[in-house]
Amino acid sequence: MIKTVVSVGLPVDEKLRIRKQTMEGPEAKGEKKRICIVTGTHGDELEGQYVCYELGRRLKEQKEHLKGIVDIYPALNPLGVDSITRGIPMFDLDMNRIFPGNEDGPVPEYVASRIIEDIKGADLCIDIHASNIFLREIPQVRISEMTAKALLPYAKKLNIDYVWIHGAATVLEATLAHSLNMIGVPTLVVEMGVGMRITLEYGRQLADGIFCLMKELGIWDGDVIRPKKPIISTDGQVGFVNANHSGIFIPHVDHWESIRKGETIGEILNPLEGKVEENLYSPCDGMVFTLREYPIVNSGSLIARVLGGEFH
Amino acid sequence: MRKEVIYQLGNTYRDDLRIYGYHFGKGEKSACIVGSMRGNEVQQMYVCSQLVKALKELEGHGGFVPGSEILVIPSVNHFSMNIGKRFWAVDNTDINRMFPGYDQGETTQRIAAGVFDVVQHYSCGIQFTSFYMPGDFIPHVRMMETGFQKPSLANLFGLPYVVIRKPRPVDTTTLNYNWQIWDTNAFSVYTNATDRIDQVSAGQAVASVLRFLTRMGFLRYTSHSGYIATVVREDDLKNVKSDAAGIYRRLVEPGQEVKKGEVLAEVLDPHEGDVVSRILSPERGIIFFAYAQPLVMERAIIFKIIKRLHQ
Repeated sequence: MIKTVVSVGLPVDEKLRIRKQTMEGPEAKGEKKRICIVTGTHGDELEGQYVCYELGRRLKEQKEHLKGIVDIYPALNPLGVDSITRGIPMFDLDMNRIFPGNEDGPVPEYVASRIIEDIKGADLCIDIHASNIFLREIPQVRISEMTAKALLPYAKKLNIDYVWIHGAATVLEATLAHSLNMIGVPTLVVEMGVGMRITLEYGRQLADGIFCLMKELGIWDGDVIRPKKPIISTDGQVGFVNANHSGIFIPHVDHWESIRKGETIGEILNPLEGKVEENLYSPCDGMVFTLREYPIVNSGSLIARVLGGEFH
Repeated sequence: MRKEVIYQLGNTYRDDLRIYGYHFGKGEKSACIVGSMRGNEVQQMYVCSQLVKALKELEGHGGFVPGSEILVIPSVNHFSMNIGKRFWAVDNTDINRMFPGYDQGETTQRIAAGVFDVVQHYSCGIQFTSFYMPGDFIPHVRMMETGFQKPSLANLFGLPYVVIRKPRPVDTTTLNYNWQIWDTNAFSVYTNATDRIDQVSAGQAVASVLRFLTRMGFLRYTSHSGYIATVVREDDLKNVKSDAAGIYRRLVEPGQEVKKGEVLAEVLDPHEGDVVSRILSPERGIIFFAYAQPLVMERAIIFKIIKRLHQ
C-alpha cells in the first residue's frame, strides 16, 4: 500500500509528497516487527533506488514469507532526486543536517519532523546513501563510536564488505540516523557506490543482506543467503589521501584492491601544460575502500581512503 | 593600510583564489571583520568595501588609537560569486560550515583553516552574513549562546536589536561559533539584503561597526549614538506561516508595528488571481523578518514577529 508521509503545497499546482510503500505479512499474528528502508535524502545519490525496487519485487513475489511490516521510503527528498540536486531545492540545505526537525519550523524542518514521527517505533531502520558524485565507495556501514556496541551485531548481518566505526562529530547529531538512534530506533547508515549512478551488483548484495536482517528480526521466514563477513575498521587504521594540486586525477589502482605503502594511487595531470602536477602514494599497506571517481580536483580534494592492514 | 593575500588556492582552469585582508593600525589584534563567505552575499561584501574605504580615510587622518590593529576581509568566496553560485564552486559545500577547518582536509576545510588561522586571536570578530530563508530583516546583531557571549558588547553597535540564538549542532561549524569558543567576542551583523545592494542598510551597517570600534576604544570617530538595543531571544520570536501556496503579496514591512488580526500578506491563486488566503497577525508586535519572494509554499515561515513590542 502506498501512503503519503507528509505533503506540502508548492506554489503552482503541485505538492511535495514524501511517500512510502508499506508491505505487511497477511498471516502475521500478534505484535509485528517493523523495518524501515529509507533513501534519497541527498538527491544525487541513487544507489538506494534499485535496492528499494528489488526489495519490493522480492517481497511481492514471496508474500507468504513476510511476517512483519516493511516500510520502503525511496525518496526523502523527492524534489532533489528528480532535479539532480543534492540538497533540498529552493532552500539549498543539506537535508541530513536538519533532523530531528521541528513541527513549527521552516518547511524543511517540518518535513524532517514528520519523517521522524513516521519512522518512530520501528524495530530497525536502514538509511541508504551513495557517497556523492566525487567518490566511489565499497558497500559499507558507518557507525559512530557511541552506537557501535548496539549496531555492530546488525551491521554484521547486512552482507556488506566493510564496517567503519568513526568518531562522533557534533555536527552529525543533526543526521537522520543519529536522531533515530536517539529515540530508540536502531539505524544503520549504508554508503555504497557513487552519486548519480546505480551499481546493480551492490544493489543486489545489499538487498540480500536486508533479507538476512529481516530473517534475524522475524520479519521474513523465506530463504536467505549466508551474509559475508565484513572487515571492521577497528581491524586497521584509516589513511587519507588528499590532492595538493589542481588538475585531473587519473587513478593507477582499482577500487577495493590491496596496496602497499608508497605505491602510486594515481597522478594529478595538467592538461594545459602537459605535465604531471603530483603523484599520490598510499600512506600504508591496506585496501583502497574509497577512490576518487570525478576527475577534476582542487587542492584538498579527497582522492582515496586506505584501510591499513593485511586483507585477503 | 596594508593589503595582503591571507590565503591562496591554486587552480588549473581559473585564476587562483586569492583572499585579501586589509590591515589598519598597528598593535594588538583588536577587531576582525569578515564579509561574504557565500557567493550570493554581495551586500555583505559591499558593506566591507565601504568599511575599508572609511577606515582608510580615518587612518589618513589619525583616527586610529595607537596600539590597535583592525583586519577587514571583504570576501572569502568570490570564486562562487563570479559564477553565480552560493556555495563552493566545485562541490557545493558551505565554507561557513567548515570552521575551524583542517589544513590537510577537503578544499573548503583547507580554506576555512587558512582563514581561521588569520582571524583568530582578535579580541572582537564581526561577520556580515545571511540567512538561508529568502527575506528581509530589521538590521540587527546576532550572537550565539555558547556561554561565552556578551550581549552588553553587542549593544555597542547601536543597532535597534540584538538577537540571542541557542546554537544547534549545525551551528558548531560556523565562524561565529568557533570565534567564541576560541576566546573572540563574536557578532554576526545582518542587514536587510543579501544578493542585492541596499544602500540605506549598508550605510547603517558601516556606521554601526565604526560606532562599535570607537566605543571599544580602537578608533577616534564621532558618530550618532544609535539605539539602546532591545535584546530578543530567537526562540521568543513568533513565527507566522503561510496556510496556502501560490503567488505571494506582502502587505507589511520589517520594522512595522502590527496589531493582532491585521492582514500581513495575501496568497493568490497563481492562474486565476483570486485571493485564496489572507495571512493575519496572531500577535501585536513588530515585524522582525518578512519573506520576500513572489511565490510561496504552504507552511513557509513568512514573518517573525517580536511579540508585544511597540515602536
